[in-house]
Amino acid sequence: MAHLDDETRRKALATVALYPERRSALIPLCHLAQAQDGWLTPEAMEDIAELVGVTPAEVRGTATFYDMLHTEPVGRYVVAVCTNIACMLSGAYETLEHAEERLGVHVGQTTEDGMFTLEDAECLAGCDKAPCIQVNHRFFGPVDPPALDRLVDDLASGALDEVVPPHGVLCRVERTVGLEAAGAAGVPAAEEAP
Amino acid sequence: MSETAVGGAGASAEEAPTVSVTIDGVAVSARPGELVIEAAERAGVFVPRFCYHPRMDPVGVCRMCLVEISGPRGFSLQPSCYVRVADGQEVRTSSEKARKAQEGVLEFLLVNHPLDCPVCDKGGECPLQDQALTHGPGDTRFVEEKRHWAKPIEISPLVYLDRERCIQCSRCTRFADEVAGEALIDFAFRGDAIEVATFPSRPFSSYFSGNTVQICPVGALTAAPYRFASRPWDLEQVETTCTSCAVGCRIVAQSSAGKLVRYLGVDADPVNQSWLCDRGRYGFEANGEGRVSSPSRRKGEGHEAIRWPEALRQVAGALQAAAAAGEGRVGVLGGARLTNEDAYAWAKLARTVLRTDHVDAQLDDGLPAATVLGLPRATIDEAVHARLVVTLAGDLREELPVLYLRLRRALAHDGLAVLECSSVPQALSAEGATRVGYLPGEVARLVGALTGDAEPGEVPGADRSGVVTARRMLAAAAAGGATRGEGVVVVLGRPNLAEPAVGYAEAAALLHAALPGARFLPALRRGNVHGALEMGLAPGVLPGRVGLEEGRAWYESAWGNLPGATGRGARELLEAAAAGELDVLVLLGADPLADLPDPDLARRALEGVGSVVAVASHWDASSSAAQLVLPAAAADERSGSTTNLEGRVTRVAQKVVPPGTAWPAWTIAVALAAEMGDDLGFDNLETLSAEIERVAPSQRGIDLDVLGRPAHRDGLVAPIAAVGVRVGRRGPRLIDPIATPGIASVEEQGAPLVVGDAVALGGQPAGIAGAGPTGSRPPLLGPPASSVPATAPRLDAYSLRLVVGRTLYDRGTLVAASPSLAPLRPEATVRVHPSVLERLGVRDGEPVRVTGPGGAVELAASADEAVARDLAVATARLGTGERPGIESLVAGEGPIDVRLETI
Ligand code: SF4
Ligand code: SF4
Ligand code: FES
Ligand code: FES
Repeated sequence: MAHLDDETRRKALATVALYPERRSALIPLCHLAQAQDGWLTPEAMEDIAELVGVTPAEVRGTATFYDMLHTEPVGRYVVAVCTNIACMLSGAYETLEHAEERLGVHVGQTTEDGMFTLEDAECLAGCDKAPCIQVNHRFFGPVDPPALDRLVDDLASGALDEVVPPHGVLCRVERTVGLEAAGAAGVPAAEEAP
Repeated sequence: MSETAVGGAGASAEEAPTVSVTIDGVAVSARPGELVIEAAERAGVFVPRFCYHPRMDPVGVCRMCLVEISGPRGFSLQPSCYVRVADGQEVRTSSEKARKAQEGVLEFLLVNHPLDCPVCDKGGECPLQDQALTHGPGDTRFVEEKRHWAKPIEISPLVYLDRERCIQCSRCTRFADEVAGEALIDFAFRGDAIEVATFPSRPFSSYFSGNTVQICPVGALTAAPYRFASRPWDLEQVETTCTSCAVGCRIVAQSSAGKLVRYLGVDADPVNQSWLCDRGRYGFEANGEGRVSSPSRRKGEGHEAIRWPEALRQVAGALQAAAAAGEGRVGVLGGARLTNEDAYAWAKLARTVLRTDHVDAQLDDGLPAATVLGLPRATIDEAVHARLVVTLAGDLREELPVLYLRLRRALAHDGLAVLECSSVPQALSAEGATRVGYLPGEVARLVGALTGDAEPGEVPGADRSGVVTARRMLAAAAAGGATRGEGVVVVLGRPNLAEPAVGYAEAAALLHAALPGARFLPALRRGNVHGALEMGLAPGVLPGRVGLEEGRAWYESAWGNLPGATGRGARELLEAAAAGELDVLVLLGADPLADLPDPDLARRALEGVGSVVAVASHWDASSSAAQLVLPAAAADERSGSTTNLEGRVTRVAQKVVPPGTAWPAWTIAVALAAEMGDDLGFDNLETLSAEIERVAPSQRGIDLDVLGRPAHRDGLVAPIAAVGVRVGRRGPRLIDPIATPGIASVEEQGAPLVVGDAVALGGQPAGIAGAGPTGSRPPLLGPPASSVPATAPRLDAYSLRLVVGRTLYDRGTLVAASPSLAPLRPEATVRVHPSVLERLGVRDGEPVRVTGPGGAVELAASADEAVARDLAVATARLGTGERPGIESLVAGEGPIDVRLETI
């Protein structure tokens, strides 16, 4: 047990305490680890396994099932271009091809500087903004090729730092109210957790 | 056991079937809670299936078993392996709709499955192949590219995975999780990318990994030792018993071209329920390696082959001279690898011809024979259904793996209460058993505190609250039965070779005195050690669980004169040998040089004795040092019977011929007796077995003929009277070729216990050679009396008390001779609390010197929080010639205190 830092471990323990069954905290803990490292490292999976009382193989089994959890390194920004029907009809493939050219990588790859990972995605539930893009799960759209260029520039320059945190960070404000397991005596509240 | 998990097995036969369902138009009475697929199977209707396995919980993932089941809204397609029977239910397994569904499922399963059965290892015994023929559409609409994978991947040194063949039935992953409790494999990814996978840095190193290969319904999982070794249609098989340890799992031994190639677990309901451990499963490899193939005589540093008549003459000559010199000039050590018949023949030879009672099947590493044989015995089934199981034994996962598997499942799945008394935490407490500790040497004190009337005093090594909890558990369980302690099962073993066995005998006696209703499961580990003890290969014990004095009259009328005095056990015997008080030492497959907890004593004994005769199947340290070596047949090379830790006697069968001129050990005894001008009274297995039945009191009603009847394939628990009317037997049951592919030629597999069906007890001897005993049968050994536990304080504050445990893969002969298992041996370490290493300034993994009364050894230190601060924990039999193992520190009885020093 060594990989997760103190802050992450504190949050992890507080999260585990919220569930009647430890292993229910598996997915939230994967997100916490991803927030720490940007992706789910093997070491983090071993830590999580210990925290929730399963084997690392089971953590990996669960994590690889979900597209939001990355068990291979990704860039600071994961750019997911929706290619489902509404976006496709509005030019998603042009945007995607342009993104490949602009970033110099194919779908599934990461730029050499480690800044961008390009993905294609099924419907992101942003059809009103078709063609829709998510960067680290933040919505942008409609994104045609020029808009994509601007977006990439802004991300690279840091202009969007306020809006898009590095990959893995789901929320920047930790919620501390209302998160208590009802009736679970001795459960440490988030603030007091060791 | 929940009903779901065990199918026909756990649901006991007393439950009258009460639910009436109609299956394919035929009225069937089913047991309440039974799965539709099981009810159909009992009614003779086979529903195709892949994920369903009778020994695991149903999951309904493969959809192969879809049938039409009636419900409030008419018929609908439902998985018959998941739906339970209900009164008035109607089931159609082969209607147009059901057939179409089944064909559809198979077509889907084959979408990504290669169609290359001729090059697949499973071809010929493959449920997918078979069911595609019987229940498939015969054609496919899929014309696209199939999945391709790198193949095979080695998920452990023993198990290979060809991912493209996997049909995602989840049998392997569920076995690992549910049954073995080690989910080292799981599905990774999703959809058409799904695969069975380990965590990258953690191979599937489980003692039970071979079971996943056994139950995989396709050729996805293969075992390294069997992969492409044979084709199913070239296999011959017999049903027999694994004798790698004392659990006695039922197996089929399969051979091809006269060579053993595979063991598969048979679903013996009372014992292994189809599972095996990997040591048992692959241990047969040892049959082929390092064998003694002809009688040999020592010549210089090596041995020269001689012919049998010459060998017998020489051995008989030495024995005769010793016997003529007086009583007790010969010692006979070992016997745990023999069959019951071998053991009986040697016990008789020793007592009547060699004039000695110095016989011992244990090598000072077990328990007193009187304790093992005298305590009321439990069965494994009684243990898993007990109110409380108390373990006072070595780590069962390491020593008796399938017993562990059954207890673990009952503990984790069915809520069995288990109290683990252990100096170092073991596998059962890691799975949720309550644990109470004790300092080695203080076990009887602990048991005294747990059972005594008075407030428990301090128990060294146990924390107070642990003792209080354990006391409460024991008291609650003990109060439940009619007799105090009824329903409590104690697993009694010898967890620590550096601790006197007498403590465990005392502890057992205390438990028996406090809880007369409690039963015991002796956890001695060696293959047929229980059979050897039962057959009288222990000092002061005659065949059939009787004491030398109690049985004297009976046996003198059956056998002739017996030695006058009780003989010595292994340790005293070897001490006598070292002192030159013994003329001949006969080793019956025993290897004291490598196996005795005190190897130095063994060395001195072998040097001090007049001559050493080894009856051995393998060249090991001791047989290589013997003057005369007689080659003995090993497992699967001879027939007979074996006895497991329950006292269950099962048949072992011959599958292959022994190498060279090796003989079964009993024929060696007969030939030696003849050479010495004597007659043991039998010259074939049948008369030998009949004599055991007739003479040995605990074996009444049990002989090879009775054991050979189909109903008794799972064996009979001796003595038959003691188990009352509950006799394990198999009823007629259709085999499930899908549960264990490749085993199909065994006609019947496990079935529930049938109550009230005892076999006829053996009558008076009729027409059997040799005089029948006269007088009344001697009483069986009773439980030993309890005495006051002694206590041994630790030497000083810097010393650590030594725990010498065992591991499944050690340097024992059988593992060493098995090419697949030998590389799996762990590194020899000494485990201590991290604070001990800190104090020494030694880092985890660095070597330290461990010094004790018997000398010093160097071992890698390993920090382990689970080890108490005053203990040093090591594993026996991991040393080599250059680097002696921890057992070389064991001298005398113990407990032993050691010191750790930096090097
Ligand atoms: S490897 Fe075999 S047992 Fe495991 S899921 Fe695949 S088909 Fe089933
Ligand atoms: S548990 Fe014992 S009897 Fe069973 S397979 Fe393993 S070694 Fe053989
Ligand atoms: S189709 Fe692209 S967001 Fe819905
Ligand atoms: S769903 Fe019933 S056997 Fe698989």
